[in-house]
Amino acid sequence: MTTFYILVGYLTLLIGLGILSNRVFKGTSADFFVVSRSVGSFLLLMSIFGTTMTGFAIVGSTAKAYSNGIGVYGLMASWSGLMHSAVFFAVGIKLWAIGKRNGYVTQCEFFRDRFESPGLGYLLFPILVLLVIPYLLVGVIAAGKFIQPTTAGLFPDAFPMPPLPNGNPHPLSGGIPPWLGSGVICLIVLFYVFFGGLRGAVWANTFQTIVFMVTGVIAFYMISKSLGGLREATESVAASDFSSPRLSREGMMGKLEFLSYAFVPLSVGMFPHLFQHWLTAKSAQSFKLTVVAHPIFIMIVWLPCILIGIWAAAYLGPLGEGQSPNSVLGRMVGQLVHSHVLTGLVGAGVLAAIMSSLDSQFMCLGTMFTNDVVVRKFGADRFSDTQKIWIARGFILAVVACTYLLALALMNSAQVFDLGVWCFSGFAGLFPLIVAALYWKRTTAAGAFACVISTVLVWSILFYRDIIAAKPAGAASDETLIFGLMPVALIIAVSALSLVLVSLMTKKPGDDTIRKFFV
Amino acid sequence: MSAKVAIVVFVILVLLHHDTWNWDNKSLWLGFIPAGLGYHALYSIACAVFWALVNRFAWPHRTESWAEEGEGR
Repeated sequence: MTTFYILVGYLTLLIGLGILSNRVFKGTSADFFVVSRSVGSFLLLMSIFGTTMTGFAIVGSTAKAYSNGIGVYGLMASWSGLMHSAVFFAVGIKLWAIGKRNGYVTQCEFFRDRFESPGLGYLLFPILVLLVIPYLLVGVIAAGKFIQPTTAGLFPDAFPMPPLPNGNPHPLSGGIPPWLGSGVICLIVLFYVFFGGLRGAVWANTFQTIVFMVTGVIAFYMISKSLGGLREATESVAASDFSSPRLSREGMMGKLEFLSYAFVPLSVGMFPHLFQHWLTAKSAQSFKLTVVAHPIFIMIVWLPCILIGIWAAAYLGPLGEGQSPNSVLGRMVGQLVHSHVLTGLVGAGVLAAIMSSLDSQFMCLGTMFTNDVVVRKFGADRFSDTQKIWIARGFILAVVACTYLLALALMNSAQVFDLGVWCFSGFAGLFPLIVAALYWKRTTAAGAFACVISTVLVWSILFYRDIIAAKPAGAASDETLIFGLMPVALIIAVSALSLVLVSLMTKKPGDDTIRKFFV
Repeated sequence: MSAKVAIVVFVILVLLHHDTWNWDNKSLWLGFIPAGLGYHALYSIACAVFWALVNRFAWPHRTESWAEEGEGR
């Protein structure tokens, strides 16, 4: 029960943070939505890092390294270290400046004014919401799926499961079922976002980022010690026919695939929840620490996970039928570290990574609905600050409820996780829009529409081919590649080309607009 | 470092990411870290150093003061 008590203690601490942030809450909509634009360097770094690193940064990176070897670090971690910081520097600081001057809270407000087009705001709103929701689903489902094996055997009377066909007891029997685990996680995130607004999310993210970074390093140390030390652990990988290919990239991934992964991290430029976090900065100086420390923080989280992943390939060997690589980290901790305390701490770390993304996403959807739909439709003076906060809270409550019900319906569908990757590609496809809006004065509203519509079209066709359409028997189940490149490369190319060509063919924006948005 | 130099170094970093010379290299650094992984860990550190230099020498002062002058709600 020690593991369970640690998880409960951790979740209780988060509720405490929610209560504390509510006591500091100033009662204004600016405080609820953008923390009165008062967040300093450290909190900005921790909240942005916590938001961009999902649960899959820990569980998924280990799983992917188990399957594809050390190249996974280059695919995701080192590209993100370069590209995320580039986006924070080149896009984040500019958007913060424009947001501060014009009082923006959401992306749609910015795009609507930048392109003098209310229609663009209405077009973007549903697209951004639809891209965020599957991303939320991945977190909610992952939380439920993670809590069940972590608590397996603790409640045999309350949550029994039938034995396996071979007569062996079910390994998940007695674990908290996903419907309950996911529900509890939703309620806790809802609690501190509901009462603390974005301040609650920023504080919780900071705490949770520290938790998942520290527990990751502890788990790495304990696992390497159990395997006889760092040298012995990696030498065992080289000694096994199954695991040794994972020491390099040869045969594990294509060179063009490796290169085109550069486009995936550009998605952070269009994440609505990151946009909102950027606006919380007290000054441009607050960005400095985030820009520098982000690549190092990614390395601290990813390097141990990648090594554990390849060690697992040697230690566990090929997984049996129906066993997911996502279970690799849990199995390594369970089999090599015989400590309920550590299992509980690692569990808290994984939940921390999941929740630190969920809170910002819930928060941004509430903010967007209030400002882009309700205030837009009825006028800014129609509602008091308190009413705006309650409208946002109501919408957050509705979004949490819908996400939870959808998560229950899709709990056993593996395709939900593929959906997460496709969401990233969709956001990345819209990246040319934000770059052009900030750096190319000649961009027009028609060009922006062309960019958004072409992204949606290309994304939908590729998504249909990969996820919805029936694949021929025997077709590879790996990632879809186009001429060896990730689909996101094609989406961005089409999106950028449409934006440029249509902008050049249409009338440029007025001088007043240019003066408003360019230094 | 001006903004133009920063862009050139950024492009060099993008090129350096594609370390095809490590593609099939299974040798171990320090006896435990595969060469391809060690290279990219160093690459992450290089990125942090690069961004520290950009902050120091190519900081967008004009954007910063433009924001501070403006009226917000």
